[in-house]
Amino acid sequence: MITELGHFALILALFVAIIQSTVPLIGAARRHLGWMAVGRSCALTGFALTALAMLALMHAYVVSDFSVINVIENSHTDKPLMYKITGVWGNHEGSMLLWVFMLSLCAAAVALFSNNLPPALRARVLAVQGMIAVGFLLFILLTSNPFLRTFPPAPNGNGLNPVLQDPGLAFHPPFLYLGYVGFSVAFAFAVAALIEGRVDAAWARWVRPWTLASWCALTVGIAMGSWWAYYTLGWGGWWFWDPVENASFMPWLVGTALIHSSIVVEKRDTLKSWTILLAIITFSLSLVGTFLVRSGVLTSVHAFATDPERGMFILLLLVVAIGGSLTLYAIRAPALKGGGLFAPISREGALVLNNVLLSCGCATVFLGTLYPLFLDAVGGPKLSVGFPFFNRTFAPMMVPMVIAVGIGPMLAWKRGDLLGALQRLWVAYIATALVLLGTFYVTYGGPVLAVFGIGLSALLFTAVVTEFAERIRLFRVPFGDSVRRAIHLPRSAYGMTFAHLGLAVSVAGFAASAWAQEAIEILKPGGSIDIAGYHLTLEHVDRVPGPNYMADDATIRVTKGGAFFATLHPERRFFPLQQQTTGETAIHTNFLADLYVALGDGDQAGNWTVRVYWKPLVPWIWIGAIIMAFGGVVSLSDRRWRVGAAARSMRRPPQAVPAAGE
Amino acid sequence: MKTLLLSALLLLVPIAAGAVEPNERLANPALESRARAISEELRCLVCQNESIDESGADLAHDIRVFLRERLTAGDTNAQAIQAVVSRYGQFVLLKPPVEPATYVLWYGPPALVVVGLLGAFFWLNRRQPGAADTAPLSPEETRRLDGLMRENDG
Amino acid sequence: MKRVFYLVPLLLFMILVGYFAVSLRPGHDIHELPSAMIEKPAPAFDLAGLGESKPLALDALKGHPFVINFFASWCVPCRIEHPLLMRLAEENHLPLYGIAYKDRSGPITNLLTTFGDPYRQVGMDSDGRVGLDFGVYGVPETYVVDSQGVIRRRFVGPLTAETVDKDLLPLLKQLGQS
Repeated sequence: MITELGHFALILALFVAIIQSTVPLIGAARRHLGWMAVGRSCALTGFALTALAMLALMHAYVVSDFSVINVIENSHTDKPLMYKITGVWGNHEGSMLLWVFMLSLCAAAVALFSNNLPPALRARVLAVQGMIAVGFLLFILLTSNPFLRTFPPAPNGNGLNPVLQDPGLAFHPPFLYLGYVGFSVAFAFAVAALIEGRVDAAWARWVRPWTLASWCALTVGIAMGSWWAYYTLGWGGWWFWDPVENASFMPWLVGTALIHSSIVVEKRDTLKSWTILLAIITFSLSLVGTFLVRSGVLTSVHAFATDPERGMFILLLLVVAIGGSLTLYAIRAPALKGGGLFAPISREGALVLNNVLLSCGCATVFLGTLYPLFLDAVGGPKLSVGFPFFNRTFAPMMVPMVIAVGIGPMLAWKRGDLLGALQRLWVAYIATALVLLGTFYVTYGGPVLAVFGIGLSALLFTAVVTEFAERIRLFRVPFGDSVRRAIHLPRSAYGMTFAHLGLAVSVAGFAASAWAQEAIEILKPGGSIDIAGYHLTLEHVDRVPGPNYMADDATIRVTKGGAFFATLHPERRFFPLQQQTTGETAIHTNFLADLYVALGDGDQAGNWTVRVYWKPLVPWIWIGAIIMAFGGVVSLSDRRWRVGAAARSMRRPPQAVPAAGE
Repeated sequence: MKTLLLSALLLLVPIAAGAVEPNERLANPALESRARAISEELRCLVCQNESIDESGADLAHDIRVFLRERLTAGDTNAQAIQAVVSRYGQFVLLKPPVEPATYVLWYGPPALVVVGLLGAFFWLNRRQPGAADTAPLSPEETRRLDGLMRENDG
Repeated sequence: MKRVFYLVPLLLFMILVGYFAVSLRPGHDIHELPSAMIEKPAPAFDLAGLGESKPLALDALKGHPFVINFFASWCVPCRIEHPLLMRLAEENHLPLYGIAYKDRSGPITNLLTTFGDPYRQVGMDSDGRVGLDFGVYGVPETYVVDSQGVIRRRFVGPLTAETVDKDLLPLLKQLGQS
């Protein structure tokens, strides 16, 4: 009954979305306030209906309703409750439902929090979101319906892939989808602006919080996925340039570029058509990512059960959404005249450099991911492009970008003094030199590139700190004054500082992977391994039953310099339903380095393969990502971006650039 | 800090990945590290996007063993890789070869950066009609203006 | 910026869509790997036979075109193609030779006794080395070899009646005449 309600709600949501895509748009063209307001009610209703559908599917999973085909294929009565719930989105149909749920959530948020937007703009934004919803709801209802039923109900289900039964992975899709789908708001704003034929500082202000919020969610989503891979796959890898990972990374890169270029639009009233294009491209990459994962054209660990028929449908969606918006762009964008000029060497110039490098980085990832497909389509040889390609092409591009992140904020708007900025960074140079020397000494004989990576991170970190110190005039004015300045700094200044610091921290983590150590041995209980100053002893291995698995749990005692350090319990779990074995690694972290233990196969004689890794600075990869996301959130809370504040600025007499501290 | 120093002293082979079984490893450390380096660049054909070094699949194991046999028999790295490629095709290489079919792939990214930077540069230096020719600011005024502008933003 | 520049993103996108559409064409399996051994001489092998049977060696097979089928008792898709192989052996008198990939005599004997033996001879490739030399990456795989011992075609996965009628049999006929 509830399942049918959910199904019905989804169909209703489709009709509501159809209304949402058409009526407000006509209303905006005709300046009919009533019709424009329909957008708002449709968005809110659509959200309620989609939420109902989502809850209905969750309900089917929780009560193990095996008349629903989707539940049969992905669930089982023995599955722990948390995974029953999160398993809803662990498959193609369910995750598409999550997609449209996030879409409706974003539309509802725009409807609720945009009272300051001019009604016509809001109507058009909601209409575009409605159009996207129509496309995806049709896709779900016609090709990927999670509510399909079967009679008689099956006695039990096939269970969820054991690899997916993990807390980290359970929550990674919601964040990721919030990010992906959140960029649809920026996309909608861009298309609405093109329809209106106007992009100005106000538009940039309105669009920024939505872009920032999506970017934060995507950052967290990607970091979670990477962290999950690290602790699950058993050898401590955290990024594989897998096509689906790349599909999430590309929108992130362009989304970062978008955030930065919209600053220029807001401050200097220029780079308008470029920013609009970026907003379109960011969401388009989300859509292309959806296509890649679900159509079967690429090989990937993440690919859902793939189906060329579904692929064709999504391709059609892409043609309409991306083709339509890019056509609109080609027609309308030339009319967007820019305003402020600026010298190449300036804050804007640095932001342009940021954009060029991020876009080229994204294009590189795109090229590498799709090249095998391109070659295959023209009948060329069947090649594969793996991480060696990306490491050699993408990484070198990011080096000048990271350097620019440190120097850019030191430059003035319109015309910057590069030499002066470089001189003011003398503290950073000294600190970096010290770090380089120290790291080189300590890791002598190891890979030199990694030393440079650490140096790069140190350079960025100290440059960001220097910039902040300059802003509060540290050491130039009495300390009390500096503190007062710090308190009154706009929150977006803190946001920027944190985000850039987070980047530096992550870069250090990336670089330090080169110094990871590994020891693999076959041990009997009592045997031991030495690594990085730690002594690990396999004490015993016990059989421990779990809710839907049987585990071999090893007890490993770790001592350091003779003194007790930790006890670790890596496991190997066998899931009888799926006849699959997974490993649970045991990681001890002090946030500076990880001691990572994985249990391999055992044999009848009681010999166990034990793999131990010591990974310095690896936690910084995710700590850095969290700091970046935190910076984004702090920026979001800046009252200038808060949509209420824009209303105040609307009532002020027009001026070139709104002053700070309003 | 002490850990870093100690680990530098202990100097176990610093590599990051591994599904290698202990009994696959060669006795000769130089050969073994060559084998590991090559394994990281060979794709596991029955996995989704893993190298044979990382993968626990049977086929990955077979190719790892085969690779070590070739190296022990005296093959150079290139010869050993070619032995695998001649059986499984170029798809097994994670690093695509640099050949006419892949020029776009390898030279595209740096070309894009150059084009992008040039394009940005030309766009920035474009002549705007009616760009006002105001009297240049004095150094004092420039510094004051810079200070005011930097305070202004976030 | 000239107006034509604004069309570039759209044009690039349409090219991309073209590639995607081509890769979605029906009958095209993106995951199938082409064999690197086509038009190359089949690697020499000399495998122990099943139980007491005589060994299976490549040299002994040269002189007429033949078909090698890599199979295993633990391979489920192999069971699916097995009846088809039986029909080919009985009705078309296919020169079919089996190589048991990573398996043991016991299970193979059971399999062939229970479901029938379509092979003229069976070789035991217990460590999979011969398979590796052929470029086998899964079972079942079927290779068509000509009278000079050169590999002409590979079929990955279970054979279907359609593949056999449209591809395998005509190819053998053509090789037999040359």
